[in-house]
Amino acid sequence: MKKEKKGWKDLPIGLAWKSGSSKEFETGDWRSDKPIWDEKKCTHCLICWIYCPDSAIIIKDGKVQGIDYKYCKGCGICAEECPPKIKAITMVREEK
Amino acid sequence: MIVARTGNEAMAEAMRQINPDVVAAYPITPATEVVQLFASFVADGQVTTEFVPAESEHSALSACVGASAAGARVMTSTSSQGLALMHEILFIAAGLRLPIVICLVNRALSSPINIHCDHSDSLASRDSGWLQIFTENTQEAYDTTIMAVKMAEEIMLPAMVTTDGFIISHGMERIELIDDEKVPKWLGERKVVNNLLDVDNPITLGMLDLQDYYFEHKRQEIEAMNNCLPIIEKVQKEFGDTFGRYYPIVDEYKMEDAEVAILAMGSTGGTGKVAVDRMREKGKKVGLIRCRIYRPFPKEAMLNAIMKVKVLGVMDRADTLSTLGGHLYNDCRSILYESAKKPLMKNYIYGLGGRDISIEEIEEVFEQLLKIKDTGRIDKDIVYYGVRGE
Repeated sequence: MKKEKKGWKDLPIGLAWKSGSSKEFETGDWRSDKPIWDEKKCTHCLICWIYCPDSAIIIKDGKVQGIDYKYCKGCGICAEECPPKIKAITMVREEK
Repeated sequence: MIVARTGNEAMAEAMRQINPDVVAAYPITPATEVVQLFASFVADGQVTTEFVPAESEHSALSACVGASAAGARVMTSTSSQGLALMHEILFIAAGLRLPIVICLVNRALSSPINIHCDHSDSLASRDSGWLQIFTENTQEAYDTTIMAVKMAEEIMLPAMVTTDGFIISHGMERIELIDDEKVPKWLGERKVVNNLLDVDNPITLGMLDLQDYYFEHKRQEIEAMNNCLPIIEKVQKEFGDTFGRYYPIVDEYKMEDAEVAILAMGSTGGTGKVAVDRMREKGKKVGLIRCRIYRPFPKEAMLNAIMKVKVLGVMDRADTLSTLGGHLYNDCRSILYESAKKPLMKNYIYGLGGRDISIEEIEEVFEQLLKIKDTGRIDKDIVYYGVRGE
C-alpha cells in the first residue's frame, strides 16, 4: 500500500524528526544481488554481523537467524567475510 | 554611555553584552579583532561563553551548527575567504533553521589576494538562506548585531551582519553603548523548537531527504524568507522603542522631492549622504537610498523608494560576472519588471578591492544622473566607476 506523503506545511520545522526514524527507510529495494544464508553451514561466528553496514543480519541469543531483506542493500560484505572454509553465505542475482 | 569604538570593537562589545552560549571562530583579516577581543572577554571572565578556537572557518561554523542545534545562542565572526570556506555549512545552518549570527566584515575575495573592502564575499553567499544586513557605520553595526540575534531567533534563520572592511571595521567613531544588563534583558532567552540535548524527547536532526521530501523542506525554508520582513520590522521597532534608535528596512535620505538618486549598501550610504547634502546646497534635487536589509530583498519598500525618482544610479561594490551588472542592479531590474512606469537606471560597479569612493566622486555620479534626467538617454548601462583605463 502506498503511504500518503506529507505536504510542506505539515512537516515539523528545521529538519527535525523523531529519533530512530531510519528504521522506516527501507533500503532493501536497492539490492541487485541477494545474500543467501545456509543455516546448516553456519558456525555462528558473527563475523557477518560485525561487518554488515546495515545491521541486516538478524541475531537472537548470540545466533544468526537470517538476513533482514528490508534493509539489506546486497553489498556482499557478509558473503566476502564469511570464513572461506565455511561459506555459509552466497550471493545470488536478485530476481524481481 | 558615549564611547569611541572601531567597528570591530563595537561588534565585539555587542557580543560581550549578548553573552552568547557558544562562540566558535577562526581569525581572519579584517575581522580578526572581533573574536580576538571577544577571546579576551572570555579570558577575563566578562562573559560565560564557551569559546571554541577552531582550526578553520569550516570547522568554526560546523561547531556553531552543532551548538545551535543543541539549543545554544551562538555567534561567530569572519570575512572574505573565511566566509567562502564556510560556504558549505552556510546552507546547512539555514536548512536546519538555526539562528546563528555572523559578524561579517566585508572584504574582497581572491584572486588577486586583497584584504580590503568590497561586498563580493557576502554577496557570493547571497543564496544560502541567510538574512543579510548591511550596516552604514559603527553605531549601526553595534545596534544591528544585537538586533540580529532576536531577528534570527524569531525567524529561525541564521543572519549575517556586515560592516565594510577597514572603512568601518578599523575606523573609529563616536557611538552610544547600551548598558550591559539591558541587552540580555531585551533579548530574553532563546526559545528552542528542536533541542538535540532533550533526552526525554529524542530527535534526529538533519536527516536524509531524497526526492520524496527535500523539496518540501526547502519550500518551508523559502516560506520563512518570504514572510520574515514584518518580523525584522517588528524587532527594529522594539529596539527603537527600548533604546531610542530606529532603523528602516530601506534607508531613504532626502528622497521626498528627489528627481535622481543613488542606491548603495554599506558605508557608501554615509559618504553618499554627505554628497547629497552638498548637491542640495547647490540646489540639485538629489537623494540617496540605502539597502540595509539585503536578504530577504525588501521588494515593496525598495519599489516605493526607487519609484520616487526619474533616474536611479545603482552602486554595486561587487560584480556578478554574469555580464548583467551588479547584484543590487539585478534585483532592482527584477522588481521593476511589472511596473508600467520605471526610472532610468544606470549601474555603477565601484570600489572593488577597497578602491576608495570619495564624496566628490559621488557628486560626479549625481551630475551624470542629472544629465541623464535632462537628456532622457543612457549611453552605457553598466560602468566600472573608478577603474583606470575606462
